Amino acid sequence: RYQSSDSGHFAPIEKVLVANRGEIACRVIRTAKRLGLRTVAVYSDADSHSLHVGMADEAYNIGPAASQLSYLNQERVIAVAKQVGAQAIHPGYGFLSENTEFAELCKKSQLIFIGPPATAIRDMGIKSTSKAIMAAAGVPVIEGYHGDDQSDENLRKEAKRIGFPVMIKAVRGGGGKGMRTAMSEKEFHGQLESARREAMKSFGDDAMLIEKFVENPRHVEVQVFGDHHGNYVYLFERDCSVQRRHQKIIEEAPAPGLTQTTRQLIGEAAVRAAKAVNYVGAGTVEFIMDKRQMFYFMEMNTRLQVEHPVTEMVTGTDLVEWQLRVAAGEILPLTQDELKLDGHSLEARIYAEDPDNDFMPGAGPLTYLNTPVPGERVRIETGVQQGDEVSVHYDPMIAKLVVWGPNRHLALRKLHQCLSEYNIVGLNTNITFLMDLASHREFLNGNVHTDFIPMYRKELFPQRPLSNTLLCAAALGFILQERIEGYSTTLQSLDPFSPFGIMDGLRINAQFVREINLQHKETVYDINVTYNCDGGYSVQVGDKDYLVHGHLEKSSDGFFQLKYSIDGNHIKASLVKEGPNLHIFTREGFYQVSIPTPKYLKVGTVGGGTQDAVSPMPGVIEKVYVNDGDTVQHGDPLVVIIAMKMEYVVKAPKDGIVEKVLFKAGDKVSKNSPLVHFQEEAPVGSTNSEA
Amino acid sequence: MKNLVDQLKTNIQKVIEGGGEKAKQLQLSRGKMLVRDRINNLIDPGSPFLELSQLAAWDMYGDEVPSAGIITGIGRVCGVECIIVANDPTVKAGTYYPITVKKHIRAQEIARQNNLPCIYLVDSGGANLPHQAEVFPDVGHFGRIFYNQAVLSSMGIPQLAVVLGSCTAGGAYVPAMADDSIIVRRQGTIFLGGPPLVKAATGEDISAEELGGADLHCRRSGVTDYYAQDDLHALHLARRIAANWNKMKKPNVTFTEPEDPIYPADDLYGFVGDNLKRTFDVREIIARILDGSKFDEFKALYGETLVTGFGRLFGYPVGILGNNGVLFSDSSLKAVHFIQLCCQRKIPLIFLQNITGYMVGRDAEAGGIAKNGAKMVTAVSCAQVPKLTVIVGGSYGAGNYGMCGRAYDPRFMYMWPNARISIMGGEQAASVLAQITRDQRHREGKEWSEEEEKALKEPIIKKFEEEGNAYYASARLWHDGVIDPVDTRRVLGLSLSAALNTPIPETNFGVFRM
Repeated sequence: RYQSSDSGHFAPIEKVLVANRGEIACRVIRTAKRLGLRTVAVYSDADSHSLHVGMADEAYNIGPAASQLSYLNQERVIAVAKQVGAQAIHPGYGFLSENTEFAELCKKSQLIFIGPPATAIRDMGIKSTSKAIMAAAGVPVIEGYHGDDQSDENLRKEAKRIGFPVMIKAVRGGGGKGMRTAMSEKEFHGQLESARREAMKSFGDDAMLIEKFVENPRHVEVQVFGDHHGNYVYLFERDCSVQRRHQKIIEEAPAPGLTQTTRQLIGEAAVRAAKAVNYVGAGTVEFIMDKRQMFYFMEMNTRLQVEHPVTEMVTGTDLVEWQLRVAAGEILPLTQDELKLDGHSLEARIYAEDPDNDFMPGAGPLTYLNTPVPGERVRIETGVQQGDEVSVHYDPMIAKLVVWGPNRHLALRKLHQCLSEYNIVGLNTNITFLMDLASHREFLNGNVHTDFIPMYRKELFPQRPLSNTLLCAAALGFILQERIEGYSTTLQSLDPFSPFGIMDGLRINAQFVREINLQHKETVYDINVTYNCDGGYSVQVGDKDYLVHGHLEKSSDGFFQLKYSIDGNHIKASLVKEGPNLHIFTREGFYQVSIPTPKYLKVGTVGGGTQDAVSPMPGVIEKVYVNDGDTVQHGDPLVVIIAMKMEYVVKAPKDGIVEKVLFKAGDKVSKNSPLVHFQEEAPVGSTNSEA
Repeated sequence: MKNLVDQLKTNIQKVIEGGGEKAKQLQLSRGKMLVRDRINNLIDPGSPFLELSQLAAWDMYGDEVPSAGIITGIGRVCGVECIIVANDPTVKAGTYYPITVKKHIRAQEIARQNNLPCIYLVDSGGANLPHQAEVFPDVGHFGRIFYNQAVLSSMGIPQLAVVLGSCTAGGAYVPAMADDSIIVRRQGTIFLGGPPLVKAATGEDISAEELGGADLHCRRSGVTDYYAQDDLHALHLARRIAANWNKMKKPNVTFTEPEDPIYPADDLYGFVGDNLKRTFDVREIIARILDGSKFDEFKALYGETLVTGFGRLFGYPVGILGNNGVLFSDSSLKAVHFIQLCCQRKIPLIFLQNITGYMVGRDAEAGGIAKNGAKMVTAVSCAQVPKLTVIVGGSYGAGNYGMCGRAYDPRFMYMWPNARISIMGGEQAASVLAQITRDQRHREGKEWSEEEEKALKEPIIKKFEEEGNAYYASARLWHDGVIDPVDTRRVLGLSLSAALNTPIPETNFGVFRM
């Protein structure tokens, strides 16, 4: 069964350098340590306090934050590996993982590159080459043009031949960069230009290929593994269809709805593909699949994929362990027959991004971070912890949340629950979006495809007006925080137990009624809260009344558990308060509710809110810049006064409209005389620029 | 008792409405806040407000001046316990009735005794002119307010005025005498003579804003220091000023962690009825006031009509004296002993009054009840520890004195709604007067029919009934408020907390007649 050849001599690996950062570096280090290997991390200036640095046995700075100067600095990485006496380099994914030169450089430096041979990387890295090899190996490929004639006219002709809609892709592309669809001949030229520009910027090469565009396709990929002895297995498929900005966001194994036959066919095709390039190590063969479960080769990723954990969860393997063992010359730990699918696994990628703003990537501090409890069925792959920063220099992925369930339905339920427990304050994340996604009926039914998000945009981006229940919770959250703050401030004083520190709103012979304004996005809600003598609250939202009870318990750092009841129904939520902002995490999602900034803080008239610009000293008006009815902005010059042989420019004290200029050039003015009278102020927030 | 409490809360609800719906709407339509909302936004959000004398002026001027048009009380502002004095402009334009003045001055007295900074939320038309004779000239009248501001400031007690409306004539001195003052643009005005007076005096036509608005006073006159956009801004500035007072409360007592009493407070409704003739054990009240219901009784077996002992209230040490019947010589002596202990140890005193008086009669007099009662009065008078008094039942005759009535300068004094205060009970008074009349008639050899006796007694009983009532006393500021028995612990706790802003001084007793 196993082929074993003596074609190489393998030194055992005792020390491995991980040429990566973030969650994958942590992931690799964890397994390496479990196998008893010594681990070496490298880091940029931006990462000196990162998790992977602390986890490794040794860590070395390899340069400034910019990845070109650090994580992509091949010589530096190799030099560190040699210096510390590592036998192998694990490149993770991204950075140097699919870099032919680096793989070769490793070899030259007598270091084991944990990945496929450089030739396989090269063959698979150029799309046109890879397709030709695949077609020759009998792997189904999709109709397309991979030729050298890159003239616009020829590409347009080829596109017409293949038939619209077509996909225009950078030959050296990847990760959705330099990729466009043209739905008709009419848009072809524009999309081609756009793809070329992006490809040039990203890869320094704007050669394009044209492919048949499969409508509503699924993205199904197969995990394959090869060793140095010619053995190959597939570890079944993953479905990564649901994508945004052409990047994966949620992945699962096995692919829902696949027939046993398709599963075997696609797996075997993937193994053929790997064999065709003498592949060694972990690789992923990506296919697109149409509604009839016909699949076509797209590309092969010659590295460990981001989403590899879902495969591990359903096969009971540790693919990093396999990588290390294969790299050391061992034969594959399991044969095809021994590999069995067990249950279902899903991975959600938690990103610093703004789903409401076209998933714009974000960066910022992870001020507060609370995760679900990891266990047998829940894996959290992350490289950050509370207090860390999601840096603008690198990928904005915060974590991968991986769950397992006996079947897809249970796995999804677990995913939803864990997402609701993944609480982040400090930057925008896609967690609420992932929750909506994971509970969408079509997703639940397994009807996934790459156009899923645009197709169900409306349902996936619900306008979320705050429910009255949530408003009650928010009001209660603020009040209970106030109580805790009052209590702790008092406790720290020299009068630690004064009943003035009991923030129960005690009023003599009456109940304390207060109005609380809560802002959610652009809407301000008026809420009336009455403090009842039993410690509960009557909360009035609009014309509805609720009886609310609750208390807060400190959970992890900065987080509070709000346990509350509304009209007798008990509910739980997680809270973080930051100044006027309250972050509420519920089973339904995440909400930020704020106490609106008071008007007096918005007006910005610290020195007084006069309607007039006044003269700072007695003098003579030299020049008047404005006329009655002019619109001016804060700081615009209005009048020049000459006084004591000095020129003073009187500036607009605020944005506004000039009602009347009260003096003309040559007039004498006394100190504090109003010079320019402004109109009554417009409502806060309105600007004149639109007028 | 529950009925009385419900009645009290209904009455207070009415009082809180201030000058009525129309006046409220007018205030709001001007972009101004209602007085209690101002206070809510001044004190630390959600913190307690110990409002005093809510029933001031109750039924005095034809039931038309709720709370005497001025809200006073103690609240925390940026962690500092302060006296707040706030005019209610919906009540007679915030003008000062005689009781308004008394309430304002009482608040300043509390500030002086307890070293509490004063925040004045000013929105008042000044003295109520028809009542000028009872408002203007005397020692406890309007002038005293400014005298107090000067003296309190000299004692280092901050005086902060927030001008949210008019400060006319005498009222102009409140911000002018303050350490800091804030004024709201186009809303607050300060002048010695308003536009009508100016017109009358000089013929000059001038608007209130020009004459004494925020721009004038912040830019030109310098009468005010801080310029606010609106009420909320002014209150925010007031909080900032308080935060910058650099004031630290350092109570010189020991603390223990507070515990709730183990007995529920609403039991009190059952123990203490509205019929004062029904007796109850004052220990039942004590058990519902003290931390953990723990009471270390002193001299439990001696002078049993007065219960004395030590405990903790919100962690503060207290000594309690409570009546369990008429005061005899032995109970009086026990009181003196106990008060001496507390003064020496600097333990605040709480008096729970339910007292018909000192024992009378041959034995009592022969036993020296007069001198023993006097010793108790001396001890109470001289005690310099904070004294807090609650009338939980009757407060009659010299018992009121010995148990630290108003004249004995308790820092705070409250009354339950069932409680009564008078020189003696109405029936006793009527009987005394009837007896005297009957004797007189006898001497004159005249008959005195039962009808005649009844005719004499009834109005007296009625008068005593009316005047002994908690509301009557509260209206006239004989105490600091009628409280729900259930709130007694909290109200005493807050009062004690306020009282501990000033260090507890040494006590020197006067001569005890032995």
